[in-house]
Amino acid sequence: MASLDPADNTWQPWRLLAPSLTAILLLLAIPVAFIAVYSFWLRTATGADVAGFHLDNWIEVLTDPFYRDILGYTVWVAFATTVICALAGYIPAYFIATTQFKHKAFLLLLLMLPFWISYIIRTMSWINILGSSGIVNAALIWLGITDEPIQMLYNQGTVIVGLVHFLLPFMILNIYVSLYGIDRNLVDAARSLGCTGWQAFREVTLPLSMPGLAAGSLLCFVLGAGTYITPLVLGGPTDAMFANLVFDAIITQLNWPLGSALSLVLLILLGLVVAVYNRFAGMNQIAKSFG
Amino acid sequence: MSEAAGISVELKDVVKRYGAFTAVHNTNLDIEDGSFLTLLGPSGCGKTTTLRMIAGLTSITEGDVLIKGRRVNDLPIHKRNLGIVFQNYALFPHKSVFDNVAFGLKYRNVAKADAAKRVKDALELVQLPQMADRMPSQLSGGQQQRIALARAIVIQPDVLLLDEPLSALDANLREDMRIELKKIQHTLGVTTVFVTHDQSEALAMSDKIVVMSAGHVEQVGTPEEVYNSPASEFVAGFLGNSNILDATVSDAAEGRAKLDVDGLGTILADTGGRALSKGGKVKVSIRAEKLYLDADGEDDSSSFSADVGTVDYQGQVARYFLTVGDRQLQAINPIDDHPIAEGKTVAVKIRARDCVVLPA
Repeated sequence: MASLDPADNTWQPWRLLAPSLTAILLLLAIPVAFIAVYSFWLRTATGADVAGFHLDNWIEVLTDPFYRDILGYTVWVAFATTVICALAGYIPAYFIATTQFKHKAFLLLLLMLPFWISYIIRTMSWINILGSSGIVNAALIWLGITDEPIQMLYNQGTVIVGLVHFLLPFMILNIYVSLYGIDRNLVDAARSLGCTGWQAFREVTLPLSMPGLAAGSLLCFVLGAGTYITPLVLGGPTDAMFANLVFDAIITQLNWPLGSALSLVLLILLGLVVAVYNRFAGMNQIAKSFG
Repeated sequence: MSEAAGISVELKDVVKRYGAFTAVHNTNLDIEDGSFLTLLGPSGCGKTTTLRMIAGLTSITEGDVLIKGRRVNDLPIHKRNLGIVFQNYALFPHKSVFDNVAFGLKYRNVAKADAAKRVKDALELVQLPQMADRMPSQLSGGQQQRIALARAIVIQPDVLLLDEPLSALDANLREDMRIELKKIQHTLGVTTVFVTHDQSEALAMSDKIVVMSAGHVEQVGTPEEVYNSPASEFVAGFLGNSNILDATVSDAAEGRAKLDVDGLGTILADTGGRALSKGGKVKVSIRAEKLYLDADGEDDSSSFSADVGTVDYQGQVARYFLTVGDRQLQAINPIDDHPIAEGKTVAVKIRARDCVVLPA
């Protein structure tokens, strides 16, 4: 039984957790439960939803190759984005972590700068860069390399470019945190024992920065796979990602039961990715980058 | 040529500057084969910078560093064949103890079976043969320190460099480790450069001590030499508790000098070969434990009387803060039954050979 005796600490953690647990319950658990219930309802031709326990939506989502293909495409785009972010993010992260530059905080601030501008605006900025009257085409025409604007937008490539633009800071920040935590003496020790600079990097720095790389990759993958704005703004007609299907079902077709089933599929998939990550790396690494 | 002379490491006119700041002024040093040399000084005195220049972790602004007679200024660290033990151990946290110790052998292309044997021997030398499969995080600080030492010596380095290796350990462990470290160094006969700010470590372990201050070498000598015959006021003040007094030479002859010390009167001092001229200003350094206090003694010609102020009781000895006129002195004396009580007047005796004359 709960006691007000301050010496009784049994309930203390729960009291402290209560505000967050309440928020999670009201804002996450209950809405997800609603969606779960909704996914078993049926939409009729008249537009009214029929309550009940119908597996129709789930059967459609899980058997129709249309959804399967888009799910596969979504995973592929998120994966490619993650790999590019990892490769492109490591170098600036390494630079910021090891630089002797006095204003390291300023470099980190530059990394945060994009977050001050709406994600949608940042995504749309690519239209001004790669569009038919964008600066790249203008430059190419001015240089005489081409007479007509080249169609560069609205394909898988631009979707990935937009996602990398959006997600790279997350990756850099995560890698930076783990690199920054590596004792410089470890590299010196490896060097003194016979490693060249590159060998010391491979033996010490790279393996010890893996947790940051893994945390950054998880964030990039999950955020990338869940996005619908980037493919909407920068993708072509065949570049819809899974979240676009959810958007389409709920906002355009007003088919909430189908949209619910679709969003749960995405939730379960990303949940599995997080669970696998957690099994091997642990979630606390992500917390570190935001600490 | 240097090798024939038995010199492992040689510093010739070595200077280190960071911009306008000179961290190490023109330094010359010969480190003999198999000897244990300590760079001693307060933080910021340039001792670690000197060690890092020998290691190749810091570039040399001017001068040359020679290891085994070979100029190594431009030789990268991984080709210098040095064993380094860092203050915080710097064990690779993602590698087992075995892999940590075997690390240097891997990059020397030692065959696996041979490497395993050498790792085992090194772990036995540091008395942790059963720890090979552990991860560093599973070891105590003292154990990590031993593994770091094993990792540094298993490669049979030309020189072993120790950067304050004991300062992260607690006091009891530190004393055990310093005896053991010295024993291992003696067994292996490896030339060792040890950096510390701890005078008792330096005195206990070294064949030779280099006392440094503000980027300058103040004195190079055996522990006894730097302790008993400090070459400068800094050395006298840094090692142990010394009373450093201003004095005027009133008479000097045959290695003895009569010194007038303000407030104390005349004392006799060994000149230690220093030529003194009558009327010259000097400083005289007397160790706290060389002021012999006699609570019942008469104030005869060789002594003066002082009032006992604060008494710092330390068990076997007590540290007394004395007042002579307006002058403060420190004395450390063994305790016979009870320490001398505060407020008592005592006779203070000083022997001429305990008075070290320094330039003013």
